[in-house]
Amino acid sequence: MKLITCIVRPERVPEVKAALFRAGVTGISLCRVSGHGGEHETVEHYRGTTVVMEFREKVRIEMAVSEPFVEPTIKAILSSARTGEVGDGKIFVQPLDRVIRIRTGERDNDALTAINADEVQRAALAAGREGGAA
Amino acid sequence: MNSGDTAWVLASSALVLLMTVGLACFYGGLVRTKNSLNTMMMSVVALGAVGVLWVVVGYSIAFAPGTPWLGGLGWAGFRGVGLAPDPDYAATIPQLAHAAFQGMFAIITPALISGAIVERMRFRAYIAFILLWSVVVYAPLAHWVWGTGGWLATRGTLDFAGGTVVHISAGVSALVAAVLLGPRRDYRRMPLAPHNVPLVLLGAGLLWFGWFGFNAGSALAANGVATLAFVNTNTAAAAALLTWAFFDLARSKKVTAVGAATGAVVGLVGITPAAGYVSPLSSIAIGFACAAISYTAIQIRSRTRLDDSLDVFSCHGLAGIAGALLTGVFASRALNPGGADGVLAGHPGQLATQALAVLASIALAAVGTVVTLTIVQLTLGARAGVHEEVDGLDRSEHGEEAYIAEALEQGVIVSAAP
Repeated sequence: MKLITCIVRPERVPEVKAALFRAGVTGISLCRVSGHGGEHETVEHYRGTTVVMEFREKVRIEMAVSEPFVEPTIKAILSSARTGEVGDGKIFVQPLDRVIRIRTGERDNDALTAINADEVQRAALAAGREGGAA
Repeated sequence: MNSGDTAWVLASSALVLLMTVGLACFYGGLVRTKNSLNTMMMSVVALGAVGVLWVVVGYSIAFAPGTPWLGGLGWAGFRGVGLAPDPDYAATIPQLAHAAFQGMFAIITPALISGAIVERMRFRAYIAFILLWSVVVYAPLAHWVWGTGGWLATRGTLDFAGGTVVHISAGVSALVAAVLLGPRRDYRRMPLAPHNVPLVLLGAGLLWFGWFGFNAGSALAANGVATLAFVNTNTAAAAALLTWAFFDLARSKKVTAVGAATGAVVGLVGITPAAGYVSPLSSIAIGFACAAISYTAIQIRSRTRLDDSLDVFSCHGLAGIAGALLTGVFASRALNPGGADGVLAGHPGQLATQALAVLASIALAAVGTVVTLTIVQLTLGARAGVHEEVDGLDRSEHGEEAYIAEALEQGVIVSAAP
């Protein structure tokens, strides 16, 4: 089991979410974060006051996956979050000791798969095909 | 008596009242979230404090017959100020309408000062300060320039709607108050950026709208001079906005919203003393000149230790001085026979008259602010404590927060008091 954390551009979040769902990764949590990476600082002027924005708005997505899902997850994020410009973000993969689903007390791999994972993945794939056709 | 004139002056009074609320939005948007209500209340409370003071003694000191230096107390409490016109001020409207209209000017002027001392002054001390200041500075200066027998009025000073009385007095007092109170703790140590730029634009829009009452209403009649003042008001604001945008472009390659709002206000300040005396083309020149001066002054000021936080001196003091002096350049009796000729109409002496009024206004405002604010500092204590300043004056002075719903959503507030 691995905990995969990725930092992505806020404007790529819908694409990343769709790609993860198509890959069958449906249990994700995300939060807005401020980050500093390789991007240039932006400067704002308010009359005599100059404000240097050193941190950029990013979104951090976290998901716990079983071993067979690690590479598909990474591929999904790479294909959906990449623009080619500095500031596309990072993916961190860490080992995960234990996972417990609170509702049932299930452990580890049993606790990882969301109960409606297949349904969500099917819907995402169908939406992807429609989008591709259109 | 003329019903059209009366209607226009009453409507103009309401427009000028709206300016104080507009100023609250303009200033409130420019400060940080934690001080936004306090900053807005500094304007709003003037509606109450000066609104009463004006009836009790303000109008009398400013306009009642007295000496060249001070009006008498004969009209205290609006005694004898009734529905009959006073031909010294306006022959075709009830004197009470004149008193009400002038009261709105008295309200907004101390509110203008507040921009220099935001985010660090105790609120009760501020109320005491604006009450004292209105009696010591505003009412006497209004008497000098506009009152029957006022010493600057008898010398032929031209101040159509308050370049000296309102803007120079507020701008200079703001500068003195900022020095006396000292800079905010975070000044030049943290970025002090506006918390709500749309609110700044709303405030500037309300100010511009209200300024038609301020300037065109100062004709005290619905006539040609009012129309001239109306057109000049809009033209100068437009010219200054445009000038500010070009300066922004030259400096940072971007036209800023805060800059557009500021430019418009600076143009309105500059045209105030000239509005009913100059031509629309001259008002373009005045708008351009005032914007250039204020823009430069703000850039210089922000590199100093002088925390005139919202640049009241640059915007009102300097643009007010420029407008008052340029009135003496561009004024023409051909446009307004009730005015005077300026330098370009062959009367260079008018510029000297204007300069004297500017110097007198600066002196009274500076000395009066030192005296009144020092009294407040020694009695009530003017500066908020360190903890209050860090925590924000909304909570410490008012027990309120501007965006309380956000705090509730974030779960910061966990329980209701019984």
